[in-house]
Amino acid sequence: MNHRKLHHNSTTQNQNQNEQIPAASIPKTCGNQLYHFLWFSLIATCIKLLLIPAYHSTDFEVHRNWLALTHSLPLSQWYSDETSPWTLDYPPFFAYFEYFLSFFASMLDPTIVHLSDGLNSKSHLTILFQRVSVTLSDAVLFYGIYRITRKLDPKQKYLIWVLAVWAPGLIIVDHLHFQYNGFLLGMLLISLSALENGEDLLGGFAFAVLLCFKHLFAVAAPVYFVYLLRHYCRGGLVKGFGRLVVMGSLVVAVFAAAYGPFVYNGQIHQVLRRMFPFGRGLCHAYWAPNFWVFYIMFDKLLAFLLVKMGFHVKAPTASFTGGLVGDSSPFAVLPTITPLISLVLVLLSISPCLLKAWRDPKPSAVTRLVAYAYSCGFMFGWHVHEKASLHFVIPLAIIALKSVEDAKHYFFLSIVSCYSLFPLLYEAQEYPIKVLLLLLHAALMWFGLSSYFGAYVPKGDERSHSSAVVRNADFVIGWFGKSYLMGMVVVEICGQFLHPVVLGNKLPFLPLMMISIYSGFGMMYSWIRQLRWIIGSI
Amino acid sequence: MEKMKIRKNPPKPKFSDPDTGIWSWIVQRGTVASFICISLFALLVRVCVSLHPYSGAGNPPKYGDYEAQRHWMEITINLPVKEWYRNSTINDLNYWGLDYPPLTAYQSYFHGLILRCFDPKSVSLYTSRGYESYIGKLLMRWTVLSSDALIFFPAVLYFINVYYSGKPIKEKTSVAWHIALILLNPCLILIDHGHFQYNCISLGLTVAAVAAILSDRDVVGSVLFSLALNHKQMSAYFAPAFFSYLLGKCLRQQNPVIEVAKLGLAVLGTFAVVWSPYLYSAEASLEVLSRLAPFERGIYEDYVANFWCTTSILVKWKRLLNMQPLKLLSLTATISACLPSMIQLIWKPKKSSFLYGLLNSALAFYLFSFQVHEKSILLPLLPASFLAMEKPFVLLWLTQNALVSMFPLLTRDKLIIPYIALHGLFILLYHSPGGRQHKKETQSSFGTLRLFLLSCFLVLHVVYLTIAPPRKYPFLFEAVIMLLCFSQFVVIFLYTNTKQWTPSKPSALSTEAKKHL
Repeated sequence: MNHRKLHHNSTTQNQNQNEQIPAASIPKTCGNQLYHFLWFSLIATCIKLLLIPAYHSTDFEVHRNWLALTHSLPLSQWYSDETSPWTLDYPPFFAYFEYFLSFFASMLDPTIVHLSDGLNSKSHLTILFQRVSVTLSDAVLFYGIYRITRKLDPKQKYLIWVLAVWAPGLIIVDHLHFQYNGFLLGMLLISLSALENGEDLLGGFAFAVLLCFKHLFAVAAPVYFVYLLRHYCRGGLVKGFGRLVVMGSLVVAVFAAAYGPFVYNGQIHQVLRRMFPFGRGLCHAYWAPNFWVFYIMFDKLLAFLLVKMGFHVKAPTASFTGGLVGDSSPFAVLPTITPLISLVLVLLSISPCLLKAWRDPKPSAVTRLVAYAYSCGFMFGWHVHEKASLHFVIPLAIIALKSVEDAKHYFFLSIVSCYSLFPLLYEAQEYPIKVLLLLLHAALMWFGLSSYFGAYVPKGDERSHSSAVVRNADFVIGWFGKSYLMGMVVVEICGQFLHPVVLGNKLPFLPLMMISIYSGFGMMYSWIRQLRWIIGSI
Repeated sequence: MEKMKIRKNPPKPKFSDPDTGIWSWIVQRGTVASFICISLFALLVRVCVSLHPYSGAGNPPKYGDYEAQRHWMEITINLPVKEWYRNSTINDLNYWGLDYPPLTAYQSYFHGLILRCFDPKSVSLYTSRGYESYIGKLLMRWTVLSSDALIFFPAVLYFINVYYSGKPIKEKTSVAWHIALILLNPCLILIDHGHFQYNCISLGLTVAAVAAILSDRDVVGSVLFSLALNHKQMSAYFAPAFFSYLLGKCLRQQNPVIEVAKLGLAVLGTFAVVWSPYLYSAEASLEVLSRLAPFERGIYEDYVANFWCTTSILVKWKRLLNMQPLKLLSLTATISACLPSMIQLIWKPKKSSFLYGLLNSALAFYLFSFQVHEKSILLPLLPASFLAMEKPFVLLWLTQNALVSMFPLLTRDKLIIPYIALHGLFILLYHSPGGRQHKKETQSSFGTLRLFLLSCFLVLHVVYLTIAPPRKYPFLFEAVIMLLCFSQFVVIFLYTNTKQWTPSKPSALSTEAKKHL
């Protein structure tokens, strides 16, 4: 086979234009793939290094404070310290992670980890240390992406790497705004790759660890539970129960490792109170583009109409645009939303995918189910941040090439998600960066996906869905999608350029509201599309 | 029979070789698609670099090149054209007086208008000296960025289209790689978007001129190159190559005199237009001209890796000779270093040797001419990146040395992080999987030497940043860097000169030229 090809190459090298390989490079091994992957990751790393002096949000000081308090206080006071308003509110593993980092920080410069001297420290060393720590922790993300794509066909791999390793949303949130989402999502991907591969125990373990790093990932816990129950704990009552015990004790062990020390110190109540601050209100200061945006808008519209019709409507005492919201009801007409209602709605919306996981726990569908669960959490959750859309955008990147429908959906969703992150970077200096990141991502996606689905697609292995791909199934964005994306440009121009000229300083929240509402439509569409797939496949 | 076999499993080889498949999705969309993606990426890199400090940030009283460019905007929008180059009470030429040709002044005027529109304080007369602000920095950075995107990028696209037209499709898979190496030249990005200068304009005009000449539009090429000369006098580094290639070509035409006259008129016309405000009297023109040749600054400054500076360790040129003989000496040295390349071009004006000629004359100027700055290495780097397909190794070697030679300058500018990131990015792009598919050169003989030099550089960097030099020799490390880089530059200079003279294997360009003949 190889010999023939060699011969063929040497004879028709000049005529055959599709054949692009020099004969010498045919025997390629796995090592090469790793090298290619490293290449992709290192390119991203170079950009991340360049972003070190860019704008960072107060989250930077939050994490610096956590470095300081884990370094200088005994474990029993980690969750009760109030030196800085940015108290520790992540689960214990994250605190341990900061504790681990704080050793290197104190070696570099002891003021970084000093509880009071370090407050609001913005020295070059502090910035360098924290930025580099995020960049290095992204190694977990890269490993996760590499692991979950390792069985794919090379051509698919390269495209997925382009989508996931160079994801603009992650760069905006982690390397500009400042957070550590990369390595958390990496752990999620490790867990998903284990599940896809049938290594359920490892998958469950990785997810449990992830939950002890950031509890916001718990939205997918019901899916994990049902899936593992049906997929891992099967094979008769005895064997199934045995496996349930194994899995259960593994998860308990992880949680004991995380929370045990705090239980021992009698701090567990304090830890939980910090982790679940329900007093923060339904929506964040900048509304995440989810269902609640429409709820608020509908309320405002109703109130407006009722007033017009002559009814007396009491204006809400709390305002949504004024930052944190207290206890009073912000709604004029519609009933107030409590955390419980939000939780019930999330569970209700997840239920189709639980049913699907119960009836047909297929490893190949698990990424999609988990991604759907995160979109439900995003759509209906309590006090959701716009950053939470990354929780399902990154996993969906992995399955974006399974069918042309998935590709179209991903193309659309990742643009909406990235655009909804724009308000995070409101300073002029970062404006070209966020725009270029989005444009580059969109261009790469457009060229990549359209030539992938325009050209020949190999018959994939049975486990993946790629065998379902029809040859020459064209990657076309319909008039609807196109006009939506064009509208996005209009919204951006109105908010950024027309608003300051026409309205000046009046209604400062209007551009943000427009972005929220407009992206909200896109998110809603994406959620419905995912829901349709789940219902259709039950 | 062979064909039947192929048809049975057609695209299989595509997947068996990951190197080829890696960029196929973009390459098969054509040059423009690759260009769009790469230029967006290149712009992103430039914006990211521009977040870092510029030269002389927060460093009164003289600041740095950023202040110079801002000051030129201040002068040009507040004074009449005739006053721009004239020393007066209003225009103190000792404080960053204009010393670039008129096109730079016009560009400063244009950018100054934009700045005045958004941040009037930043360009107000007198009061804006040393003006530094968040928005001022952004606006200044964005003027460089837009100049780059509007001049350098389209010029590169033009060049790529000309260079690859008529080449077999086989080579087209490497187009993306070639575009990336030209657009993401780390030295140019660091100097323009980090240190702060507008090299992208003069270099962009040069790229367009080269592309025009490669596509046989000699008049257009001459006009464009004259514009480049009028933006930065340093573009004269390329002049010998342009001159001798065009002369050689004209001599082969039916009416050499008419051809030469045509080009001469184009050049003179361009100059006349650009210099028109100063042509009313010989005195005014000479006044401008004298500003462009700052001989009083000495034969070399700082620690630049050229002949005069390096040999000054042994021979104290500045003490030994006066200004006049030094000028003559450096002129003779430069011309004699250019001469072999010029003679070759006049003798055999081929397109492929034209690119070598550009590289050789620029290197000759860098090594031997009067008053060379570290940043001047950008000029030889440009033709080296044109030759990336034919001689990738030269580009890699030259770029790395150029970067190292600028390291002390960039350290002063606090641009170490972008230096590391862009150095890494360049090496990654150079070795990008599936990037350059053909003519894999075997550099095994160089291997150990290269490794040795690289480790030397690495150690030097660490030493430079961490250890204070001995008090007796405060510039010891700079001198070592200079010596190392100078020796490499000389080797490259000799190598590319011999390459220009030895007829290469018929490359696509020359075969195409033959076809035309």
